[in-house]
Amino acid sequence: MRNLVILGGGTAGTMMSAKMRRALDPKEWSITIVDQDNEHIYQPGLLFIPFGIYRAKDVVKPRSRYVPSGVDLVLSEIDVIDHEANEVRLADGSTLPYDFLVIATGSRIVPAEVEGLTGPGWHENIFDFYTLEGAQGLFRALERFEEGRLVLNVAEMPIKCPVAPLEFMFLADWYFHQKGVRDKVELVYATPLDGAFTKPRASSLLGGLLEKKGVKVETLFNVSSVDGEARTISSWDERVLSYDLLVTIPTHMGSEAVERSGLGDDLAFVPTNKHTLQADAAENIFVIGDATNLPSSKAGSVAHFQGEVLEKNLLRAIEGRELLPDFDGHANCFIESGFDKAVLIDFNYDTEPLPGRFPLPGVGPMSLLQESEANHWGKMAFRWIYWNQLLAGKELPLVDSKMSLLGKWS
Amino acid sequence: MTTELLAGLNIELDAEGFLVNADQWTPEIAEEIARRSGIEPLTDRHWTVIDFCRKDAADQGTPPTIRRITKNTDVSTKEIYQLFPKGPGILASRIAGLTKPKGCI
Ligand SMILES: Cc1cc2nc3c(=O)[nH]c(=O)nc-3n(C[C@H](O)[C@H](O)[C@H](O)COP(=O)(O)OP(=O)(O)OC[C@H]3O[C@@H](n4cnc5c(N)ncnc54)[C@H](O)[C@@H]3O)c2cc1C
Repeated sequence: MRNLVILGGGTAGTMMSAKMRRALDPKEWSITIVDQDNEHIYQPGLLFIPFGIYRAKDVVKPRSRYVPSGVDLVLSEIDVIDHEANEVRLADGSTLPYDFLVIATGSRIVPAEVEGLTGPGWHENIFDFYTLEGAQGLFRALERFEEGRLVLNVAEMPIKCPVAPLEFMFLADWYFHQKGVRDKVELVYATPLDGAFTKPRASSLLGGLLEKKGVKVETLFNVSSVDGEARTISSWDERVLSYDLLVTIPTHMGSEAVERSGLGDDLAFVPTNKHTLQADAAENIFVIGDATNLPSSKAGSVAHFQGEVLEKNLLRAIEGRELLPDFDGHANCFIESGFDKAVLIDFNYDTEPLPGRFPLPGVGPMSLLQESEANHWGKMAFRWIYWNQLLAGKELPLVDSKMSLLGKWS
Repeated sequence: MTTELLAGLNIELDAEGFLVNADQWTPEIAEEIARRSGIEPLTDRHWTVIDFCRKDAADQGTPPTIRRITKNTDVSTKEIYQLFPKGPGILASRIAGLTKPKGCI
């Protein structure tokens, strides 16, 4: 019996376990997946919790329900990967030997990286929404918030779902309008980037939307510290912003297990071949999802596109064949823009988001790089697709892992 | 893409002012790009950062992040923002003749 071990039972790990269970003969291969707890969170849904659109029960399900039969789910913290001995040691004391290893341990927020962020005011008038706890606290804080200045700060790139902070601002504008207090609330978006987003064309569209909604943007704002008593946030170039409510997207890092194993870069992301998804460290280790150091977005859609390439390459590696350099950085993001509309962008390593129709060239029903209601319903439908198709490692309707230029115009 | 006369040579720059051909870089070109970005003159402290960026990019195949620069030199985060105001990552890479740092997707 040979062993495939998958570390992390989130989006990418669960999906790979389903794909590989179908692809590998159960008489020859055992598959084990490890995670520290049994709560799978639909993370894109965290965006909607602060605004009362979703509640915890809408986004949390047991991991065990989504791990297919024939795959062993082990619930324990991963202590360390020993890539010379080809084994993983778990915090519960057990050891898992592997023939092939998939690292899918994602990324986590590390608020303590910004001086003062977890000091006075943390989870009182300073919140993240990248954790369930943070999002729920923010829901209560927003309910109480009637007037004042809300500052959203992105601490440092890369972050997962780089459009989520923008979506938060669009929804905050909508939320305060609904509440009838929009004129008493000032919205400020402080980003380390030189514009609203990382890709120039999308950045100008999204920057325009922020402006239209009356959101003030502070660009190139690299946070140095937070003073929870004075309620101010400062940048390294000594700009100071005061806030009544601070929403933070803290520094992201890869898993501590990666760090402990010496397999990570400065932020504990695993150096990975950008086209084959093989780890630089060892030929029998592959990496997928947020855990990689790749210059692709950290998003569930990206994990899905990587999954198609990774399945082929794992099978090739097992058979000793050459790997396919097929991952092109493809990402596809719905950007909720408030008032039941959304923008859809589709891009890869080399091509920035272009306008057009999606997924059927010329037909749609969704439109790229522009606001529409169909896009909003696409975003809301993504939750069903996530639990039922993406995690099961099925192909998504009409979307190929390689980006298509059909139906797009430049 | 534009071609500009920098330090007496015709140099191709992309839309964001990064060198198109990395091997055209010289220290004089670095001084010139710095001057155009409002940094004049380049001091030893600037060169500590630029030299590290070039060496690290050659080893790693990608320009270093600010975190990586401050970890591997004696330049603190505070100082690097004084040396290369606003966006030190982008600015230092541009002056060092490297590509735009990734990390921002
Ligand atoms: C607010 C928000 C909005 C988002 N919106 C979108 C969106 O609209 N569209 C989109 O495509 N993506 C979106 N994303 C991003 C998406 O959720 C992630 O990119 C995706 O979940 C990454 O999958 P992953 O498997 O790499 O990591 P995860 O799903 O995070 O899984 C990693 C797993 O590894 C486990 N793990 C880590 N370390 C250890 C250890 N030491 N021991 C045991 N287990 C460990 C963790 O418990 C976790 O379950 C959003 C994310 C957030 C936070």
